[in-house]
Amino acid sequence: MTAEHEVAVLGVGMHPWGKWGRNFVEYGIDASQAALADAGLSWNDIGFVAGADTIRNGYPGFIAGATMSQALGWKGNRMASCYAACASGAQALNIARSQILAGFCDVALVVGADTTPKGFFAPVGGDRQDDPDWLRFRLLGATNPTYFALYARRRMELYGATQEDFALVKAKNSRHGLTNPNARYHKEFTVDDVMASQIVADPLHLLDICATSDGGAAVILSSMDYARKQTATPIRVAAISTMTPTFPQTVIEMPNFSTDSAATVAPPEFAFRDAIAQGAYEEAGLGPDDLDLAEVYDLSSALELDWYENIGLCKEGEAERLIRDGDTQIGGRIPGNPSGGLACFGEAIPAQAIAQVCELTWHLRGQAGDRQVEGAKVGLSINQGLFGHGSSIIVTT
Amino acid sequence: MGTKTQLPAIEGWFTLDPDEPALLATRCRACATYFFPRETYFCKNPDCLGREFDEVELSRTGTVWSFTNNCFEPPPPYISPDPFVPYAIAAVQLDSEKMVVLGQVVPGFDVSDLRAGQRVELVLDPLYEDDEHEYLVWKWKPIDTETTGADQ
Repeated sequence: MTAEHEVAVLGVGMHPWGKWGRNFVEYGIDASQAALADAGLSWNDIGFVAGADTIRNGYPGFIAGATMSQALGWKGNRMASCYAACASGAQALNIARSQILAGFCDVALVVGADTTPKGFFAPVGGDRQDDPDWLRFRLLGATNPTYFALYARRRMELYGATQEDFALVKAKNSRHGLTNPNARYHKEFTVDDVMASQIVADPLHLLDICATSDGGAAVILSSMDYARKQTATPIRVAAISTMTPTFPQTVIEMPNFSTDSAATVAPPEFAFRDAIAQGAYEEAGLGPDDLDLAEVYDLSSALELDWYENIGLCKEGEAERLIRDGDTQIGGRIPGNPSGGLACFGEAIPAQAIAQVCELTWHLRGQAGDRQVEGAKVGLSINQGLFGHGSSIIVTT
Repeated sequence: MGTKTQLPAIEGWFTLDPDEPALLATRCRACATYFFPRETYFCKNPDCLGREFDEVELSRTGTVWSFTNNCFEPPPPYISPDPFVPYAIAAVQLDSEKMVVLGQVVPGFDVSDLRAGQRVELVLDPLYEDDEHEYLVWKWKPIDTETTGADQ
């Protein structure tokens, strides 16, 4: 990436994850104010607001950009709202970046917040026989963990992964998040704890699967020129890869009933999750060897192992070795999810991809406390949302 | 099964042949790509402008790509018996169409009976019922217990 395509992360802020049961707007306000304070700016300095939508909180959730602007006080700023499932936050960041790089504003607030129901995520209500997300529940009884479990079992069948390997990921993340003030869970779990928890979707135990949480996260982006007036060492956004799969998509993806057929068109060189990372690396002009840490979307503990391979930390089928050898724990070769990941947070959909960037930023500034990855200069986050929303973000010092 | 009338749980997704049921897909007349669930308006191949499709039956057999089960009752719109009965789900690579299709596994088989590469066939089986009707859906049934390894 050339410098003219970079923007700065001037401020980051979060409302702690939990099951608080309050209106999502409150989490968004607190995260926004925390990010503004972190940037040393006020609401009146913000020219553009990008809101990541929540679809489970009524109309205000669908128009997050306007909702958050009103909550912080109408002042005639430009704004956008976007929904991309789990990748919503990354798309909001990308929209804000585009506005800055186009010269339409100097400083933008990106914010996502959610209040979540208990239990499995269910589809939006009604009788909707034209919606694959509705139909997969009706015709298959396929929950989100069903898909995570299919990937996990595939690793076992192909690479000899074990349930203990998946439990090692959970145990590692639980140690990472132990003192993270923004995490929901502050409890260390052992492999035995995970193995003793109930099977939800074989081979995954309850403790292998991320919860759904309330939370809010915000990032202040600015032009590099603006940032240099604020700080001598701005954190830079080197890539935001938001992309779709390429036809034919030959890996089964939530919420689909089938893959595309590869009968007439050969599969693409990179499968979707590999392509998401590849897109970010190309944009940043960096590669896996340049990374100091990664925040990967551990919807399940087993999925974290898939991500290790997708982002090039190891070859396909070798991720189990990384977790067994401790390579991805803090202090290891390439720490994964130093925040504690979704294992310690649970998922607050529109906030999650933004929270990943908050975490990377704290590490790159040396402000991550006792979970600090020493000397971190380059961090990558990666994430995938329902219906073909890939996202990966690279930030650098 | 009783005397209840059998109906498909969804119209037009599979044939009701009692012996050799098959999933109903469409195939683009221009590029010959298969689509399940059926695409009837515009071809999803980015290099094709096809708008005409033939209805085709998909391979009734395939090999297991991966599998899992569901130990907890899913939320609506899944219609569960009371009490909930766990079931297995398999992702199956069809023999001819180079695509993977999900389906529940017929009752009586759980994850301990399944392996990647295992041969399965498509059958129709009740998904749920009401006072008068039994609603059928496609499910995968292991053809035998022999496994061929994770070769897909």
